Amino acid sequence: MSNAIMEPTPTDWNGQIMQKRIAGRYAAERRFKAMGFLAVALSTLFLAFLLFTMMGQGLRGFQRTEIAVDFDFPALTSGATAASISGPNADAALNSMDIPGIVELAVSEQYGELSEGLLTTGAAGNARQMLLDNPSLVTAKQQLWLPVDSRLDVAFKRDGEPAAEQTVAALAQKDALRTGFNWTFLTGADATDPSAVGIWAAFKGSLMTMVITLMLAFPVGILAALYLEEYAAKNKLTDIIEVSINNLAAVPSIIFGLLGLAVFLTMFGMPRSSALVGGLTLALMTMPVIVIAGRNAVKSVPPSIRDAALGIGASPVQVVFHHVLPLALPGILTGTIIGMARALGETAPLLMIGMRAFIPAAPEGFTEATTALPVQIYLWSDEVNQGFVEKTSAAIIVLLIFLLGMNALAIYLRNRFETRW
Amino acid sequence: MTGTALLFLVLGLGLIAWIAGRARAAAFVRSAKGGPRGTVNSLPYYHGWFVAICSIAPALVFMFIWQSISPSLVTNMVLSAPAAADLPQDGFARAAILSEARAIAQGFQTAAFQGESEKLVPLYQGALAYYQWIGVAATLVLFFAGGAFAFTRIKPDFRARSKVERIVMFGLLVASLIAILTTLGIFASLIFESWRFFSMVSPFEFLFGTEWNPKSTVTPGADNGYGAIPLFWGTIFIGAIIAMVVAIPLGLMSAIFLTQYASATVRKWMKPILEILAGVPTVVYGYFAALTVAPAVRDFAVMLGVSNAASDNALAAGIVMGVMIIPLVSSMSDDSIAAVPNAMRDGSLAMGATKSETIKKVLLPAALPGVVGGVLLAVSRAIGETMIVVMAAGYTANLTANPFATITTVTVQIVALLTGDQDFGSPHTLAAFALGLALFVTTFFLNYVALRAVKKYREAYE
Repeated sequence: MSNAIMEPTPTDWNGQIMQKRIAGRYAAERRFKAMGFLAVALSTLFLAFLLFTMMGQGLRGFQRTEIAVDFDFPALTSGATAASISGPNADAALNSMDIPGIVELAVSEQYGELSEGLLTTGAAGNARQMLLDNPSLVTAKQQLWLPVDSRLDVAFKRDGEPAAEQTVAALAQKDALRTGFNWTFLTGADATDPSAVGIWAAFKGSLMTMVITLMLAFPVGILAALYLEEYAAKNKLTDIIEVSINNLAAVPSIIFGLLGLAVFLTMFGMPRSSALVGGLTLALMTMPVIVIAGRNAVKSVPPSIRDAALGIGASPVQVVFHHVLPLALPGILTGTIIGMARALGETAPLLMIGMRAFIPAAPEGFTEATTALPVQIYLWSDEVNQGFVEKTSAAIIVLLIFLLGMNALAIYLRNRFETRW
Repeated sequence: MTGTALLFLVLGLGLIAWIAGRARAAAFVRSAKGGPRGTVNSLPYYHGWFVAICSIAPALVFMFIWQSISPSLVTNMVLSAPAAADLPQDGFARAAILSEARAIAQGFQTAAFQGESEKLVPLYQGALAYYQWIGVAATLVLFFAGGAFAFTRIKPDFRARSKVERIVMFGLLVASLIAILTTLGIFASLIFESWRFFSMVSPFEFLFGTEWNPKSTVTPGADNGYGAIPLFWGTIFIGAIIAMVVAIPLGLMSAIFLTQYASATVRKWMKPILEILAGVPTVVYGYFAALTVAPAVRDFAVMLGVSNAASDNALAAGIVMGVMIIPLVSSMSDDSIAAVPNAMRDGSLAMGATKSETIKKVLLPAALPGVVGGVLLAVSRAIGETMIVVMAAGYTANLTANPFATITTVTVQIVALLTGDQDFGSPHTLAAFALGLALFVTTFFLNYVALRAVKKYREAYE
């Protein structure tokens, strides 16, 4: 009986087969690494492409095309003086001057047949503001630069309709057009004419909504986080609270909009599309985010601090409010800012509570109908008029700047105040 | 006096109450200085808080209750007036006139569209003022009653601290209960409105019908165009198929590259850059998808020879949604891979496996439950996403697997149904809530399973 154990032949690592196999494995390794690199590169490229596209279009939105209009003020205003349109009665005096008529007359005199639809709807208002700022203009002949109509604006910046292109070419020959900074865009409100729109109203609406959201979500979020992390007994109620919070953090935002519509608008009869209802709805959405961030921050405060405070006679409430909360605050603030940034960019729930109406003025109070920046972007993106494309992108740039700023602040706070125990 | 002004008045008086309570307690402390130690139980400011809370809390609670019951009291008063007797009996027209008159009386609206409401405005103004003054007076009475009660309780041996702390604990509990209340509110409103919807339209038609073309008036028993199957399919096709085809490979491979291959510097810079993708608002993605990606996809389809490619195609929305999801998949995979014990990785490397073999054969199988959990969370996020599909996908329901065709989703239809001047009780509005309920239940289920999977997996290696 031969039970001789077969000596295994040692692997011949230098043999051709093995060398080929190893080369193959290394090639697979390189391919895998390249795929990983490709994935990161693709994601980054997409982001860069997105930002680049928005920048490319949006920067034009901050500019407007202006046309030189000669005003023979002494003749047009029948002898208004600098004194008559300044001082406390300036508004009334300017109103009685019929500035739209004056502007129309001046334009038609100067540009003849081209003058039809030459200026944007807000141009008379701009002229009025110039006179208000500098009443002495009215005493002599002046050349004022006024914004042109959106069709011409588009044609002057890039390709527009053929008719508008012809007009622009004719005007450019006279050297009557220039590009100026569009202040109206930063100070104005929504309008039907894209060259007269502004984002201030929407921005103010967003700001007021955020104030309500912060005032509600921040205290409630902190208190809930403290309760769950420091005091809650392990029982059914606590479990239900935890499941609710984790679930709420992942509920689609549009569902919060439906809740706002059914409860705040229909049941409580709160004013439709107001900053109050928007803020309440977004607060319900932001609160779980703050609770989760707050719990992590509270959890990271070491138990030795609690023990030390308890040891010298502090009550459990004093331990938490005098010692744990101040130490956890930077972490909670970081989470809050991130949650607020998310709320600021949120659109869908606001559409549900009726924030999709055309609001041509900035809101004065929390119960007034308003619009918000992301909603304004959505509304403009739906417009057929070509002039709205660059305005939409410009509004997106403003929104992104604020969001990036908030996120940068959160990162700064985290790095500055985060303590590693 | 408006509600806001009253609120500030109450809070201002509360500050005075705080100062008064504190001063009274401080006086006890001073007079107890010569006496035996410990005669004053709590620090003065606890007494201050006690007085402030006892006076503010009842007033605020009353204000809140009054806010919700006073409108019906006002309406009753207006209706009992003789001028309201000739209002139309029809409930809907009546409610419209009443709400308009109220809006004018409160200054939300300036002009009346309905003649009848004009007459009611002075009535409303009178009733509003009457009940407003009752409310203000009652609030102040409650405030001073509570304050006086608390103030007389302040004695050297009064345990103000434990009382205040009990109230604080109660406040903490109430704050946490708001989460439950919100969940219940969502559930109740969705169920209630859906129930009203299903009393008009059969649930079988809704769940199994294949034609979505909702009519604004429904006839029971007939086909009303409320078959939601095309919407469910569209949601799954865009959110769970196209978006995941983009997000899973890119997210997973990014996570692997950044955790296993990239140097610390690259990792430090690339991670926040990827996170930016998650921070870009969805309305921006939607605009980008509609303006840039969708035309490109359509041109590509035409190049391929697909003649009926739509400009609002499903592919563009799905791709952009996938990009939005990348950071979520990436960070979840990152966490699960990091949680695999190092011993397993080291063992594999020590046996001579290359890095990629270790990742593919050891790390990924071990991390799979966590990765799957992350993917489920991503799917739940994608199917609930609204703005990208509203702006880039279409409004026409279409039961097709052609990615170049127009496909609509649940969220798009919710937005579409709630657009326009619909009466709240119309089947259109209620259908939106039924769709919302379907969405809520689905995402709730996905989140629950995902969180369970991730949690179980974490525990396995701890």
